[in-house]
Formats: sequence, C-alpha cells, structure tokens
Amino acid sequence: MTQVIYNKEKITTNFFNNLKEISRLSRLDIIRMLTLSHCSHVGSALSVIDILTVLYNCCVDTQLIKNKSPLRDYIILSKGHAAPALYAALAHANIISHDILNSYFKNGGVLSGHPIKDSLPGIEASTGSLGHGLPLGVGLALAAKNDKRPNKIYVVMGDGECQEGSVWEALMLASRYSLNNIIIIVDHNNLQGFGRSSNMVTGTLEEKFSAFGCNTVSINGHNYKELLDSLMYYKLQEKPYAIIAHTIKGHGISFIQDKLEWHYKSFNQEEYQIARKELGEL
Amino acid sequence: MRSVFIKNLIEQASIDNSIYLMTGDLGFSVLEPFAQKFPDRFINAGIAEQNMIGVAAGLSMSGKNVFVYSIIPFDTMRCLEQIRNDLCYQKLPVKIIGVGGGFSYGQMGVTHHAIEDLAIMRALPEMTIVAPGSRHEIEQLSHSIIYHTSGPIYIRLAACEGKVIYPENLKITLNKACEVITSNKALIITTSNALDLGYTICTQLREKDIDIGLVSIHTLKPFDTEYFLAKENSIKAIFTLEEHNLSCGLGELFSHNVIAKLSHKIIFQSFGINDSYSHETGSREYLQEKSGLIPSVICKKIRELYL
Repeated sequence: MTQVIYNKEKITTNFFNNLKEISRLSRLDIIRMLTLSHCSHVGSALSVIDILTVLYNCCVDTQLIKNKSPLRDYIILSKGHAAPALYAALAHANIISHDILNSYFKNGGVLSGHPIKDSLPGIEASTGSLGHGLPLGVGLALAAKNDKRPNKIYVVMGDGECQEGSVWEALMLASRYSLNNIIIIVDHNNLQGFGRSSNMVTGTLEEKFSAFGCNTVSINGHNYKELLDSLMYYKLQEKPYAIIAHTIKGHGISFIQDKLEWHYKSFNQEEYQIARKELGEL
Repeated sequence: MRSVFIKNLIEQASIDNSIYLMTGDLGFSVLEPFAQKFPDRFINAGIAEQNMIGVAAGLSMSGKNVFVYSIIPFDTMRCLEQIRNDLCYQKLPVKIIGVGGGFSYGQMGVTHHAIEDLAIMRALPEMTIVAPGSRHEIEQLSHSIIYHTSGPIYIRLAACEGKVIYPENLKITLNKACEVITSNKALIITTSNALDLGYTICTQLREKDIDIGLVSIHTLKPFDTEYFLAKENSIKAIFTLEEHNLSCGLGELFSHNVIAKLSHKIIFQSFGINDSYSHETGSREYLQEKSGLIPSVICKKIRELYL
C-alpha cells in the first residue's frame, strides 16, 4: 500500500481495515525480530506501531522519503529503543525491503537495536539516547521555515523521555519561533524502565506541553480515527503541535500488555506462538 | 581571538547564506554585528546548550553551515552527549566555538575555566580539534575552519598576549604543525594559548645560545605526526607546554602520536596543569604561576634535562 489520502467525508471501513492489517503484519514482524534476537523493548515497539503505521501510510509521501528529497517530510523516532517498530513500518510502507528485517540485530547488518542515521532510506537520525530527537526536529523545522520549504517534521517520543530536560529546552525554542511545521507525537504508554511514568512527575503531559506553548490534543493512540483526525485535520496555529497519544505498552498481546517486565523480556518459543495466535496467525 | 574569527565569519556569511550562528546566550559585544546583519541566521538558543547542539545538528542535516558559540564548559561538557550522538556519530560538520581556553577566565573561577576540554573532545571519533595560539593563527585558519566539511570541529579560543613574531611568509595550514622557531635539535611544543609562554621560554633559551625551536600545534586532531618524524634523526629533546590538564593533554597526545613511534630515545618532558582544580581566586597569570607555568622555572628545568 502506497500513500493513502484520507478523506474524512468518504472514509470507508475498508480503509481502516487496510491500516489495521498493516499494523497487524508489522506487529508480527516486531515480535519475530525481537524473539529471534532475544532483544528487549517489545512493549515499547507495540505501543508505538499504530502511530507509525498512520504516519507512514497516510501522512507523508514515501517516495520523497525514499529519494531523500529535500522536500520530504521527516519522521524521527526519538524513542529509538522502539527501532523494530520503525523498521517494520518502513518495510510495510515499501521504503525498505521486507527481507532486510531478517538482518535485525545481526553482526555486520545495519538494523541495530537503536536506529543508525542514513543506514537505510527513512532512517533520518541516530537515536537511542532519549531527549535528542526533538532538538534535531526543531533544527530541521527551523531550516525548512527559513528556506520556505513545505516539509513537516514529525517527532515521535516516549512519555518517559519527557523527563529529559532537553525536551523542554527544545519546546521553548520551538514555540518561540512559532514552528508550526513540527508535529510531536508522544507515545504515552505510562510505563518506563523502572516504574509508571505518571509516578515520576506531577501533572499531565497535556498541561506541560500546553504550558510550553504547544497546541496540544489528547487522543487514544491505538484508535485509527483519532490518529487520523489529529494528524490530518488539526487546526493549523502559529505554534508547535503536540499530540499526546494514550497507548498501552505491549498493545495487541494480552499477556504482556501494560506489564513493566515486558520493557525487557523477550518471548520464549511457547510465548511467541501464543502471541502469534493472538495476532491472528496459525 | 574571538573578534578575529567572528569578523571572518561575518565576511563569509555575507556571501554564503547557509552560514548560521547560534549562541548559548553569550557573546555580548562580539556577536551583535552578525545578529544585526543576518537576523534570520542568528539564533540565541538561550541558556539551554543541550538543545542548542541538537538544533545545530538539525540545521546541519538540512545543509546549513552551523556555528555554535559559548564559554567552553557550557558548549562542550554541558552538552557532551549531544556532541557525541548528534554531531560525531551522525558526522555532521557543526562548528563548536568555545571561548576561554585554560585560565582565560581567571578570577571567574573553575566553573568557567577550561582545562579538560581538549582531552574530552579528543576522545570523540570524527572530531577535529583546533586550538590556535594567537590572533594571527586564527586569522590564517578561519577560512579552512568555516568550510570544514568532514565532521564536527571544535575551536578552542583563548585569551592571548599576541607577542609571538612569526617568520615572514610562514604558511599556517589546518592539520599542519606550525614552526614558529626552527630547530632540528630540540623543540618546545605548545597548543592554544600556551604559545605565548612557549615563545618567552624559547626566546630566553636561545639568548643563551641554546639550539631550541618552537612549534605551535593549532590542530590537535588530526595530529601532524609526520612533521616530527621527519626530524627523527636529529631531534634530541622535546618539551610540551599547555594551559590544560596534563592528564590526557598535549603531552600525552604527543607521546602517543610521536614518542611511541620514534626509533630512538629522546629527552621528553611535559609542562601543564597537574590534575587539580584551583580553590582560590586568581588572575590567569596567578593561576599559571600556581600551576608552575613560570618561564624561569621551565627554562631551568629544560636546561637541567637537555644540557
């Protein structure tokens, strides 16, 4: 499936089913990559995959990304630990070949546990340390604005990541320059490495992003209609735009959903087969 | 030094609109001409250096030639991981201008001193390090620095006295050792603003008919090993001098890049700051003295070792 133009008025069940099928296949790729590699972060990849599916299939021109056009929209996965979700999304958007997913975590390959800039088309930044993607995005947005280029910059972040000071440093600058070409999507799954994200801070992310000058909305990050409406039909204002996407860590697989340990664990064979079954395989 | 560099940067910025200058809210009385001439390409990032480096990286990814400016600890150590991940790992040719090398900010205190910066920047793959010893050197190097494209570059600027007299027609080139006073027997090697001190010491020794030369290492990385190896057969003694911590400083860099590669033993001694912070207030000169960076003391030591 190449780029889909989402027409709010003429939306069909088929359209949503199409997206759901892409994300289902992506989820299967994610758990396969992480099971074979015994690698962590399955929960993080599954909470963000619906967001990435909508971004790559509905919001951006994938051909421009593939060609590294200066006019392309950028999608920066700032929560780099969800890299398998990025790789799967790129593959299902035909930006990279699906076969290359087999090289995930393999010696000599480029599909690292955290993304490596320019290793493949669509991998725009080397992320992995949190709080780096938004400043990069602000720089890209500032350059586009000064050059009067139409690029949009999508930065996908984690909620735990928002504890990094650099995030708020970046927001200060983004709102000061009224950067309305930057769209921040926070994958708010409310679980981080060692606890609940909401227990680390007082107040809500919505309050904080608004206080730092963003046009902020709150959505269900697994609901395609809400994702599409917030990403494609928002009211353009002279300020950065922040979407707080409430998600469930490990979404789609019942026995890992919203469980802290699945930030780290990977499936054994038995669990893997159960997970595949839950995703409609076998 | 900074005024010289900014003057050259402004000249280039008027013919090259890819040049951007960011500051971490510093540069009062120096950066205003740039800000006034190119308001769209001047960004005061505020007191938020981590973000400044990240934004510089984003601008650089868009093809901009970005310079960031601050006092050394703030645009090197405060945002070290941004420099590592965003600039070095991603090979983005952002230029980090750090002012206040060594004890330049004397009485302001250790928070403003820069005695570890060269060591820390040197540890980063892809990083080029330029530490000019005088206004003349930064003047000559400006163009190469501004149009440097292979990865990030750190430019250590510092207070200097400007008393060094260079041989006429001496070409000062990035990546090449700068031979201020020639000798094939013995050399004093300095980097950054230790050049003035080295010049004083070298002149005093030469007045006593000691055959000793002076080399300014304005580019620490990559290091011009070849220059020294070319003198391998005649050289007897080398003394390094730096307004920087001896730990991982010029002396260790030299010993790694040259001494280890020599086929015979030579006399070698480094002079610098002995791995400590000053807990008292003092001018640059006072702090130099406290660290033993005193011409008479070093002259005596060199004579003991070399003669």
